[in-house]
Amino acid sequence: MTILYSKKVMQEFTHPRNMGEIKDADGIGKVGNPVCGDVMWLYIKVRKNTKGQEIIKDIKFKTFGCAAAIATSSMITQLAKGKTLKEAEKITRNDVADSLKGLPSIKMHCSNLSSDALKRAIEDYEKKKKSKKEIKLQMEYNPGLQKYEPRLSVKKKNKK
Amino acid sequence: MKQIYLDNAATTRLDDEVLKAMIPYFNEKYANASSTHFMGQEAKSALEKSRKIIAKEIGAKNHEIIFTSGGTEANNLALKGLFFWNRENGTGKNHIITTRIEHDCVLNACKWLEKQGAEVTYLDVDAEGFVNPEELEKAITDRTIVVSVIHGNNEIGTIQDLEAIGKICRKKNVLFHTDACQSFTKTFLNVKKQNLDLVTLNAHKIHGPKGVGALYIREGIKITPLFHGGGHERKLRSGTENVSGIVGFAKAVEIAKKKNNERMTVLRDKIITGILGIPNTKLNGSRNKRLCNNVNISFNNIEGESIGGYLETFGICTSTGSACASHSLETSHVLKAIGLLPVQSNSTLRISISKYTTEEEINYLLEKLPKIVEKLRRMSPIK
Ligand SMILES: Cc1ncc(COP(=O)(O)O)c(C=O)c1O
Ligand code: FES
Repeated sequence: MTILYSKKVMQEFTHPRNMGEIKDADGIGKVGNPVCGDVMWLYIKVRKNTKGQEIIKDIKFKTFGCAAAIATSSMITQLAKGKTLKEAEKITRNDVADSLKGLPSIKMHCSNLSSDALKRAIEDYEKKKKSKKEIKLQMEYNPGLQKYEPRLSVKKKNKK
Repeated sequence: MKQIYLDNAATTRLDDEVLKAMIPYFNEKYANASSTHFMGQEAKSALEKSRKIIAKEIGAKNHEIIFTSGGTEANNLALKGLFFWNRENGTGKNHIITTRIEHDCVLNACKWLEKQGAEVTYLDVDAEGFVNPEELEKAITDRTIVVSVIHGNNEIGTIQDLEAIGKICRKKNVLFHTDACQSFTKTFLNVKKQNLDLVTLNAHKIHGPKGVGALYIREGIKITPLFHGGGHERKLRSGTENVSGIVGFAKAVEIAKKKNNERMTVLRDKIITGILGIPNTKLNGSRNKRLCNNVNISFNNIEGESIGGYLETFGICTSTGSACASHSLETSHVLKAIGLLPVQSNSTLRISISKYTTEEEINYLLEKLPKIVEKLRRMSPIK
């Protein structure tokens, strides 16, 4: 290729991990790059670990982009998987680039895309969690009375 | 790993016959063509024989061919040479007309000339990459020096109607230059029939050596040289002639065959039909008035660089229309000029073949490509 990529970049690009989408994702991070028009979507599934911390249980990506964008997508999913949300939030574009054994300077923005997408996915999760915790008025079927009646319920998100 | 070279618009493999013709001029007949002794005369005669071959190919006179270091130099010599001659001679002319789909060496020479006081008109082209002759005619003023239009486009393969443009230039009494690096020996090119005043040629696109080219300048047209020195090439291009390279250039022209062009056309069409069978693909450039070795396709919603990258894992070398793959992130000016959005430009792949390309290689490409496109589309969030 015109740009010289590291072996690691080529490996992640040609054999990306965690490609695809999570149908019932807890958070989705969608970012686009205004410079090159590339787009990356990250899906996360959040669970609690034994210590009760929220961790990224599963993560998948969909990317429209260059070889570097695909490689960074694959890399960030591997870096984030299993991490607590707090740890995951701290992953920087340099962490991604370093794990890929470097990116050409003109391609550094591609790894921006991945760290931004992850932050966005976590934000999306936090936002959804808040709204889902709100008390909702729901109609429920009462079999005894054979009719629907209103009922207050506190619905928590991550039901097991 | 296999090695399948499908980037012949960038450069081509040297023909073995060309190499054989060149070798003696490195280590046996190596004298300076300006030397008066018999060894010098031997080199000189090879130089002149080569000039004759190239002149004949385009219907020019021998002394109308000036050898240069390639297409870039020839284009610079043509445009800057004309502009500065007009300035030096106080003709009052400073206007150059060109198009938005020229090779960078023409565009950047024009941009630089603008800083030196030139006025440049960059003509738009239509969706297939054709210049509108009426628009061109309207752009000509009494300050116009030259109209410079690329013959076969290096990205999208569109071949301009030089004859029509040439007629207008003759009628309006302005000079006509074309950059024929991509089209030379691949399609009809004749300075008389097409009213050409200056033509840029080079060797490395036709299985000749890199670093050799020529500028045809019609008899009587005056230009100011870029290089000043020993006065070689009718004082227009000083510097000891690259005899071995020029001999190779002439050999490449001599062995270029129509039959090869016909074969390439068949293979090109096979590639086009094959790829257009993949859903959501679009051919860029003209379908019929097209270089026999050029295919340029946009694949929606996936990136050309990624397609090229996957093809490379199978040993297939192509090129992108996208900037993501080159040194800047700007998208191709040619694709932009024919109306592609940046996203579409980024999804573009150029496949360019040569006489060495085999049907087997094309079959291999057509076997791998649909799978790659499918994989990348599955990966893409854009539908
Ligand atoms: C249309 C066109 N013009 C000019 C050039 C430059 O020629 P060169 O590489 O010989 O300087 C090229 C190719 O590189 C070309 O495709
Ligand atoms: S070039 Fe834009 S993401 Fe890589």
